[in-house]
Amino acid sequence: MFLSSTSVRITAAFVAIAILCLFAADLAITTINPWQDLAALFLGMVTPDFFSLEHIGTALLRTLAFAFTGVALGSISGFLLALVFRFRAVRMFCAFIRAIHELFWALIFLQFFGFHPLTGVLAIAIPYAGIFAKVYSEILDETDPTPERVLSRKVDVLSSFLYARIPDALPHLITYTSYRLECGLRSSAVLGFVGLPTLGYYLESSFSQGYYSEVGALLLLFYVLIATLRLWARPRLIPLYVIAAPFFLGDGLPIVWGNVVRFFTQDIVPSPLRDGEGLPGLWHWLSDLAVNQAMPGIWNTLVLTQIALVLTGLVTLMAFPLISRHFGGPTRRGLGHVVLVIARSTPEYVIAYILLQLWGPSMLPAIVALALHNGGIIGHLIGRRSNEITLRPDAPKGIERYGYELLPRLYSPFLAFLFYRWEIIMRETAILGILGIYTLGFFVDSAIQNIQFDKAMVLILVTAFLNIGVDAISRRVRARLRLKVSMTCEGH
Amino acid sequence: MLKQIRRALLLSLALVAPVMADTFVFTAIPDNDETRLRERFQSVADYLSEQLDVDVRYVPVKSYAAAVSAFRNNQVQLAWFGGLSGVQARQLVPGSEAIAQGKEDTQFITYFIAHKSTGLEHSDTLPKAIKGMTFTFGSKGSTSGRLMPEYYIRQTFGEAPEDVFSRVGFSGNHSRTIRLVESGTYQVGAVNYAVWNSELDAGKIDTDAVKVIWETPSYQDYQWTIRGDVNERFGDGFKDKVKQALVNMDDPELLKKFPRSAFIPANNSDYDSIRETAKQIGIID
Repeated sequence: MFLSSTSVRITAAFVAIAILCLFAADLAITTINPWQDLAALFLGMVTPDFFSLEHIGTALLRTLAFAFTGVALGSISGFLLALVFRFRAVRMFCAFIRAIHELFWALIFLQFFGFHPLTGVLAIAIPYAGIFAKVYSEILDETDPTPERVLSRKVDVLSSFLYARIPDALPHLITYTSYRLECGLRSSAVLGFVGLPTLGYYLESSFSQGYYSEVGALLLLFYVLIATLRLWARPRLIPLYVIAAPFFLGDGLPIVWGNVVRFFTQDIVPSPLRDGEGLPGLWHWLSDLAVNQAMPGIWNTLVLTQIALVLTGLVTLMAFPLISRHFGGPTRRGLGHVVLVIARSTPEYVIAYILLQLWGPSMLPAIVALALHNGGIIGHLIGRRSNEITLRPDAPKGIERYGYELLPRLYSPFLAFLFYRWEIIMRETAILGILGIYTLGFFVDSAIQNIQFDKAMVLILVTAFLNIGVDAISRRVRARLRLKVSMTCEGH
Repeated sequence: MLKQIRRALLLSLALVAPVMADTFVFTAIPDNDETRLRERFQSVADYLSEQLDVDVRYVPVKSYAAAVSAFRNNQVQLAWFGGLSGVQARQLVPGSEAIAQGKEDTQFITYFIAHKSTGLEHSDTLPKAIKGMTFTFGSKGSTSGRLMPEYYIRQTFGEAPEDVFSRVGFSGNHSRTIRLVESGTYQVGAVNYAVWNSELDAGKIDTDAVKVIWETPSYQDYQWTIRGDVNERFGDGFKDKVKQALVNMDDPELLKKFPRSAFIPANNSDYDSIRETAKQIGIID
C-alpha cells in the first residue's frame, strides 16, 4: 500500500505535463468586475424565487422522467451487451458509443427526431448502455464461480446464470445502477441546454438574463432532488418509477420518418461526395477540416484535459479530509458533506457555464469547473475510504497525520480513481466547447449551427477516437501501477 | 423482474410510434430573452388560430439552427426567421417561401456597442481602434448579430474577426450580448438595433456603462417563411390565408412582441443579397 517509486514518477510526469500545458493555455479573467456577478448569484441563491417560473414543476418532472427512462433503457441494453462482452466486436462497439457524450448524441438525434421525447431518451440510453455493459460484465466476472461449478450438467445455461451467477452479483449491480441513476439526473438536466424540456433549459434561459433568484430556485431544487435520492428512490419503488416515467416525457413533436432516412443518406455524406466532386474533392474537404478545426480542437482539448486532471487531483487531496473521521468532529464533517454534495451534484457543464458568464471566455472557467466537480466526486470516495482506516491511538494529529499516516495509505486508490476519471474529464472537456471554449465541442457546435452535419459527424468521430485513445492509455497506466478500482464503488 | 423489464421495454418502444396531428405549428428564432419566449409568442399563436380556423401551436427552440432544423423536418410549417436563418431554411426546403417581413426589416441595422472603459465614442465609420479588443457576436446563426457585423469587420480590416480581435465570442442572443458588453466581459459587441431600442425603452440598459459606437448600413432581415406543402395539408389557399393574417396583424400588443410596427408582404428574392454575403463569408456553401 505504500508509495512505490513508479507512482511518484508518474505523478511527477503528469504534474510536469500540466505545467507545460499552463504555458499553452489561455487562462485570463477578462471581465472587468468578475466578483460583482458572483455576489449577485449568491444573493440569488439565498433569495430563491420558486414562484416566478411557472414551468418549474414540469421541468423537474421532465428531468426525472428522462433520467429514469434513459437509464432504464441503458441498463437493460447494457445488461444484454454485458452477456456477450467477451466478443471483441461488442467491446469495441461499447467503447465507441460511450466515448460520445450525451449532449453530442442529443445534437445528432435533434437533427432527425427533432423535439420528440425519443431524442432525450436515446441521448442518455445509448452512452449509458456502453458504460453499463462494461461495468456489468466486470461485476459478473468477479462473482464467485463456485456455485456454478457444483450444478449438475443438465442445468441449462439460462438457469445456471440466473440462479448461480446473478444472486451473487445482484447487490453490486443494484448499487452501481443506482449510482448511474444519479448521473442520469445530471445528464438529463444538462440536456436542457440544447433544448429538451428539462431543468437546464430554464437554467440557461434564466441565467443568461441575469435572473439569479430563478437560477437559485432551480439549483436548490436540483440539489434537494439529488441529496434525497436515497430516500425516495427505494429499490422497491424503482420499477414503479420506470413504468411511470415514459408517460411524463411530454409529447414533443411527431417524428417524420423521412427525415431519418435523409439524415443518413444525405446530410452526413461529406459534401464533396454529395456534389460529385469525387476523391480529390473529398481529400481537400478533409484536410481543410483537419487543419482548421480538428487539429486546433484536439490541441485545446488535450491541453485543457491535462491541466484539469492535475487540478482535480489537488482538489481531491484538499477535499477528502472534509468528510474524513480522522479530522474534525461530526458538525464539521456534516458541513464537509454538504460542500462535496454540491460540488458533485452540479454538472461540470453548469459550473463552467456559470463561471464563463462571470469571468469571461478562457480556459480557466472550464478547468475550475472540471476540477471542482471531479474533485468533489473523488474526494467523496477517498474520504469514505479513509474512514475504513483504523489508526493507532497514539497516531500523530493534524498535518502529520495527513502526510504520514493517511496519504501514503490512500495514494494508490487516489491515483486509481483519478486515472479512471481521465477519460471522463476529456469527454467533458470536449463538450464544454459548446459553451464557447475552443475545444472540439466548439467546432462541432459551429458545424451544426451552420447546418453542416457532415462536418459535425467527422468531428464527433474524432472526439470519440480521442476518448478511446485516452482510455487505453489510462488502462495501461493503471495496469503499470497495479491499481484496481473495485467496480461497485462509483468509479465511473 | 423479467416481466417488469419487458413491460418497461415495450413502453419505451411505444414512444417511437409517431403521433399525427393536424396542428399548424410555428416557431421563432430565440433572438431575445429566452425565459419569455412562450409568453411572447403564445398570443401570436392564439391570433393565428382565430384567423386561420385551425389549431395553431408555438414551439420554443433553443438555437437558430434548431429553428431551421424543425422547419426542414416539417415539425414546424411556419417560422419567424432572421435573414440568414431564412435563407438557410429555404435552401434546405425547396418550395418554401418568404411571405411577410416586418416594416423595419427592409431597413435593418446592426449596432456596434462598446463598454465605457474602451473610451470609444459614436462615429460614422467602424472605429479602427477596436482592433485587438475583445468582441462578441450574438448567435452563430444570426444575421444582425453575426453575418452583417462579420461582413463589415472583414471589409474594414481585410481580416477574419479572429485575427482582428484578441478574443471572439458568441453570446447566443442579442439581449445577452448587451449584458456581456455592459458588464465588461467583452469590450465590444454587435447587436440587433431593434432589440437594443426596445431594451433601452424598457430601461434595461445601463447607458453609463455601454453605448452605441457605430451603425451599419441597412440590409434586409427578419421574415416569416412558410413551407411549400402547406396547401396540400391544410387546404387550398392556406398559404395566402396565413400571409393575409400576418399582414393584417394590427394589434399593437401583438406587434410589440416582435417588435415591429407592421408586417408587409415579402419575396424570396428580397434576400438574395443576404445569401451572397453568407456565401462570401463561407457560412453557407
